Amino acid sequence: MWNYIKLAVLGIAVVLFGLAANYGRDFGYQIHALIFMAAAAITFIYTLRMTGDVKAQPEGYFDGVVRYGVIATAGWGVVGFLVGTFIAFQLAFPSLNFEFLQGHGNFGRLRPLHTSAVIFAFGGNALIASSFYVVQRTSAARLFGGGLGWFVFWGYNLFIVLAATGYVLGVTQSKEYAEPEWYIDLWLTIVWVAYLVAFMGTIFKRKEKHIYVANWFYLSFIVTIAMLHIVNNLVIPVSFLGSRSVMVMSGVQDAMTQWWYGHNAVGFFLTAGFLGMMYYFVPKQAERPVFSYKLSIIHFWALIFLYIWAGPHHLHYTALPDWASTLGMVFSIVLWMPSWGGMINGLMTLSGAWDKLRTDPVIRMMVISVGFYGMSTFEGPMMSIRAVNSLSHYTDWTIGHVHSGALGWNGMITFGALYFLTPRLWNRDRLYSLGLVSWHFWLATIGIVLYAASMWVTGIMEGLMWREVDSQGFLVNAFADTVSAKHPMYVVRALGGVLYLTGAIIMCYNLIMTVRRSPAKADVPAMAPAE
Amino acid sequence: MSKKDVETTGHSWDGIEELNNPLPRWWLMVFYACIIWAIAYSIAMPAWPGIKTATAGMLGWSTRAEVAKDIASFEEMNAGVNAELASADVTTIDVNSDLHNYGVNMGAAVFRANCSQCHGSGAAGNVGYPNLLDNDWLWGGTIDEVAYTIQHGVRNETDEARYSEMPKFGADELLEPAQIDQVVEYVLSMSGQDHDAAMATEGAVVFADNCAACHLEDGTGDLFQGAPNLTDAIWLYGGDRATIKETVTNARFGVMPAWGQRLSQAEVNAAALYVHQLGGGQ
Repeated sequence: MWNYIKLAVLGIAVVLFGLAANYGRDFGYQIHALIFMAAAAITFIYTLRMTGDVKAQPEGYFDGVVRYGVIATAGWGVVGFLVGTFIAFQLAFPSLNFEFLQGHGNFGRLRPLHTSAVIFAFGGNALIASSFYVVQRTSAARLFGGGLGWFVFWGYNLFIVLAATGYVLGVTQSKEYAEPEWYIDLWLTIVWVAYLVAFMGTIFKRKEKHIYVANWFYLSFIVTIAMLHIVNNLVIPVSFLGSRSVMVMSGVQDAMTQWWYGHNAVGFFLTAGFLGMMYYFVPKQAERPVFSYKLSIIHFWALIFLYIWAGPHHLHYTALPDWASTLGMVFSIVLWMPSWGGMINGLMTLSGAWDKLRTDPVIRMMVISVGFYGMSTFEGPMMSIRAVNSLSHYTDWTIGHVHSGALGWNGMITFGALYFLTPRLWNRDRLYSLGLVSWHFWLATIGIVLYAASMWVTGIMEGLMWREVDSQGFLVNAFADTVSAKHPMYVVRALGGVLYLTGAIIMCYNLIMTVRRSPAKADVPAMAPAE
Repeated sequence: MSKKDVETTGHSWDGIEELNNPLPRWWLMVFYACIIWAIAYSIAMPAWPGIKTATAGMLGWSTRAEVAKDIASFEEMNAGVNAELASADVTTIDVNSDLHNYGVNMGAAVFRANCSQCHGSGAAGNVGYPNLLDNDWLWGGTIDEVAYTIQHGVRNETDEARYSEMPKFGADELLEPAQIDQVVEYVLSMSGQDHDAAMATEGAVVFADNCAACHLEDGTGDLFQGAPNLTDAIWLYGGDRATIKETVTNARFGVMPAWGQRLSQAEVNAAALYVHQLGGGQ
């Protein structure tokens, strides 16, 4: 019966999206309507073929969706790093903004493609896949909601495709990290609610008495992102048959909402969610207990209470009133220690197992990731200080800061998790090659160092050049002077990207070979509470 | 305290246990210190919002006051010399005087912030934007002419702007396509480039009838109309056959803002002094 309802709904959806494609007012909207129609049609056919099949009651952990998530994470990661490396070369050599790419593949169009591909496609798939894996293991329960996990995975990746094609076609509301237009936002909202239901449902039916700390972080990430996404995307569509919309808030209120969102996208997507990953994969890989339960409680609550107020530090010296700017700075600095609580808990979990750094490149990856987390969460509060920000704001220092966090912390912990998950999900005895993991580790680490160091140099240099005045108070440099002075460092940054991308490609090869070549593991893990 | 003595909390999830270590003391102390600092700082600075307004902070500090103070201190320091520069006759300022030095320095800063976007940070120009380093001028290279151009701009909406308009000989069908090809060959010949001699001879007639009024009989141009010299190797939009044909067909209409609307008189004069001494000033 349920399948017939699904078929009816999907059938109607195909027709409606077809009509929307036909009557759409702009090209991007029409393409998106066709993508929606294709997705609905494929689901319709799939459902039709499944209808009537007698399904065995599924047993054990729901790992199929996690396997797809691992593949999507690795694949989107390479795409995101590739686009990032290309736009880094575009900045160093502007002639790479080819004439035939104008309006589709110039820097302005590709930049959001890069940021969304790495944050939402790579990072988002890593978070969804790892959270599904972790919540099942630490709750000793199968993922809630039957096929809901599949809906979350495919729905989320449909969102990624819509967002990415939108950027190239010019469908954007021009809010950084929240570029997708109203109908894509609505779709993500539906997917996100399903994600929350699947995750919460699994926690509700857990067989463990307590909720493991990793799940607190995952849950805070899912709940807060839902809130941020909805508030920052409050818009009124110009037409239901067009991609354009008008924001409800304007001026400084809009700017403040955007950076409340933007900062907490970092705080809850890239920090809280990934701390959830850290709290599971680091102790598992190190085979050591978590360092301190008390610290995990205190730093969790401090982190999620404080992060939400720190957004105004993105708007120092703007139309934002001074009082809001002060509060943003103050909360950012108080946030320093709660952030470091996570780093301490991650690093100290290894105490008693430090020798593994020598023998296990996967743990090395996780440790350097936690190290970069600590560095970025010191650098961040420092840059939020108004006096520092007056130098650093609008410079490449910010770009360097973001990338030491993104490449170092988010990237490396995700790589570590992928190396952990792949043999287990495909039931392999071990990884294909630890030597290749070491290659990946060093390529990525040197890549990050090149990236961060070159951006510190250009950032501080251009900040000093912009503000340089002579003894009579006259500006010493033209803007173009700062641009030409940065060129050598832009080349270094792009080379850092090449190294990082090469490492990720090596990882993909290693993971594929693990699935294809590594010997199978004898025993299949059973689902049971620990005691 | 040896770490081995610490107990776990007794829970286990998928084999993960948690030690019952206390909070690291240094961590807690730094955290407390940050909180105390935060309270103190938010009392000293504008911070806490009320219904209608926010606390102003005990130090009475504000970002706007800070930058205003900065600007005021330089303005106060330069007030005398700025007044002198604003009222000076730019043509008679002694190039060895302090006033000239100051003006050139100020003009360079004005140029970097306002002019370099089009004319280049080295003032070497770009396609459509004249090079200010050479002695080839569209509207005159004496210092007062340069100052006038800066003050009022070119082909903008103001009445005082420099103004002239080249006809669109092709687009408005003032010339036959064949005549355009001929006059293009003639213009190429004037600047000593490769050309078709027979067509150029025909083109000379077309030029005399249609172009000489502004560019003069010998093609050396007219400063009063901003008509460029066509006999040298300096081209604003390009001197190759295709570009000249495009210029004759659709004409050009380069615009420059009236900077007097945005800059002070002292700044206009300073920019003129700066541009004049770049190398091409007359």
